[in-house]
Amino acid sequence: MDLPKRKTDIGPPNYRDFLPPVISKNYGDWKYHEVLSPGVMVHHAGSGEKIWTVRVASPRLLSTDTVRELADIADKYCGGYLRFTTRNNVEFLVSDEAMLCPLQLELNDKKYMIGGIGPRISNIVHTQGWVHCHSAATDASGLVKALMDEFADYFTTKELPNKVRLAVACCTNMCGAVHCSDIALVAIHRKAPKVNHDSVKNTCELPSTIAACPTGAISPDSSKKSVKINDDKCMYCGNCFTVCSCLEINNPDFDGVAIVAGGKVGSLRSDPKFSRLVVPFIKNNPPRWPEVVEAVSNILDAYAAGAKKHERVGEWIERIGWEKFFRITGLKFTYQHIDDFTIARETFRTSAAFKW
Amino acid sequence: MSTESDTPLLDELEKGPFPSFVSEIKKAAAKNKMALDELKQLEKSYRDKRGYWKHGGIVGIRGYGSGIIGRHSSLPQEFPGVADFHTVRVNSVSGFFYTSDSLRQICDIWDRHGSGLLNMHGSTGDIILLGTSTEKLEPVFAEFSSRGWDLGGSGSSLRTPSCCIGPARCEWANIDTLDIIYNLTQEFQDEMHRPAFPYKFKIKAAGCAVDCIGAIARADCSIIGTWRGHIVVDQSAVAEYAKQGMDIQAEIVNLCPTGCMVYDGRELYINDEDCSRCMHCISRMTKALRPAGEKGATILIGSKAPFVIGATLSWVLVPFMKLEPPYDEFKALLKKIWEYWDEHGKNRERLGELVIRRGMREFLEFVGVKPSPQQVKEPRRDPFFYWKDEDFRRQ
Repeated sequence: MDLPKRKTDIGPPNYRDFLPPVISKNYGDWKYHEVLSPGVMVHHAGSGEKIWTVRVASPRLLSTDTVRELADIADKYCGGYLRFTTRNNVEFLVSDEAMLCPLQLELNDKKYMIGGIGPRISNIVHTQGWVHCHSAATDASGLVKALMDEFADYFTTKELPNKVRLAVACCTNMCGAVHCSDIALVAIHRKAPKVNHDSVKNTCELPSTIAACPTGAISPDSSKKSVKINDDKCMYCGNCFTVCSCLEINNPDFDGVAIVAGGKVGSLRSDPKFSRLVVPFIKNNPPRWPEVVEAVSNILDAYAAGAKKHERVGEWIERIGWEKFFRITGLKFTYQHIDDFTIARETFRTSAAFKW
Repeated sequence: MSTESDTPLLDELEKGPFPSFVSEIKKAAAKNKMALDELKQLEKSYRDKRGYWKHGGIVGIRGYGSGIIGRHSSLPQEFPGVADFHTVRVNSVSGFFYTSDSLRQICDIWDRHGSGLLNMHGSTGDIILLGTSTEKLEPVFAEFSSRGWDLGGSGSSLRTPSCCIGPARCEWANIDTLDIIYNLTQEFQDEMHRPAFPYKFKIKAAGCAVDCIGAIARADCSIIGTWRGHIVVDQSAVAEYAKQGMDIQAEIVNLCPTGCMVYDGRELYINDEDCSRCMHCISRMTKALRPAGEKGATILIGSKAPFVIGATLSWVLVPFMKLEPPYDEFKALLKKIWEYWDEHGKNRERLGELVIRRGMREFLEFVGVKPSPQQVKEPRRDPFFYWKDEDFRRQ
């Protein structure tokens, strides 16, 4: 079959060709919106026109069959218009109110989960994991599936004090912006990489490999034309592996998941925050990681019970204090929780006022 | 009679209410050999608790240095269907808007030339097609580009810029995030497709400080919409919220970080001069409160994930910039930023790491931005600092 003629540097299609007519018409003139149910909202324009949005969860990894099904549903109820959210949800953009009910009926019928809007758990931002990544220390999709099955009610119906944004990163490269989420999982290694000297010699650039280490644990090994690693200095971040894949860091017996909490990106009420370490390690236990699910549930339950309305997880923890957070969650506080990296001194307690 | 499944561990992940990625892989595997070996290799990963992918190799399409990420199974004999299984990044549409026909077009091409599996979307915002073999890359590109699609960024290039839904469907957008991102993406095609930077560079645009795109946490250059003006209060809508049961004192006034609001039981008053535009009150009372006055954006730099020095949030470079087409002021600033990075950045050093390493003053002087209190949380604590001759002349 002859191929069509290629074009270069044309950039993406123009978004204006993909907007529903009611959006094109009222672009920039939206006045307010109302959340009608956990998965349905309506935006009102200055012209008096409205657009309804019906949100459903997706697993992010989709087959073309499913994408075609989404397209067919959009044709039937939305004039063919739909979009995706930053958190991998699908939003059907409905211009005709009469289509709202039949659309939801069909979505329910086809077992789509409708929800994710408002003070709830939305979809979990995540990375490729064992599905397609060379540096994954866990599988992101499997963790997401296990967690979202457990928290499905918080997507479709139940409310929390505020929205809770979950994320999963399958290594510390953190393609998933885990560092600013309410509760997030990040897969970690706990053993220094093994150096495969013969292949390092042939495939890796030594200066950039040495420079990749944040703790200066890598130095030249001139007799072998390779590098050596000071195991005591290594923090197992895996940055060297990204530069030189002959430094094998995957170690199934020691790899697993850390849990961080209290981050956010919005500026509402308080500045954006980093997530902080709450559980240093849980072993990989596929296919459903029950220990991880239980630990996240525990944090979520404590937040739901203790936070005031509108408080995000990080705001709640800062109000009650980290010492109280560890007490009420029963999570163990370890050496690993105390920072010894680049911002350590900013994190030490410089006051004698605290709780027991 | 039942036959034993080849994938008992993954089968567990087809149970439960949340849509299953395993079911998606199986749907693709039913008609595609690559997807079938992806499924089998993944089952082995679940059994052995480790991944079996290698990355790298010189793969790509003619004339481009990005958009394709080389991926290979480390067990090609066992899983020949994914011996080469490269990622294709297709530049998404601003705001992630699609038509049903455009999605079918993507599916048709991908069924013909790839595994039939894709992410809508990857973390940076590309349509991620995973994966296909080396000889299929040129055909995939020809099919997409002839129909108006192009590849996104990868490697040490400008990565695919992305934005929140902005004025398309949000009352809080202070800037036209979709147009800004579309315009920048078109302008900087060369920077995206032919990697010439020290490392990756990400741009994200959010219409307001709610920051639905996470710009402040994951962009070397974050554009966040804001306004210089006041908040218009519709007192009858305030009364309506109170009537519907909102405790305005507890939920709005007491949670205002600047204490700039007073509610007397009937009307809400805002001391606009003290407002920091955090968006709490507006987001909770969207019918009653609206930003008004001069609209624009705060330009911030430097956020990134932990490698190498630890995670950073973006910090303020330009407190307020008008952002209107053709965005010349912003583009000029961006080019100066890249020039500075090109001049001083080390290999694999992100912009934020560079500015932290060399200090803000040199950077501000180079890009031509004056110091202002909005750029810091607090002034420095220590009494030793640099002086230059020109500082003496200025006094």
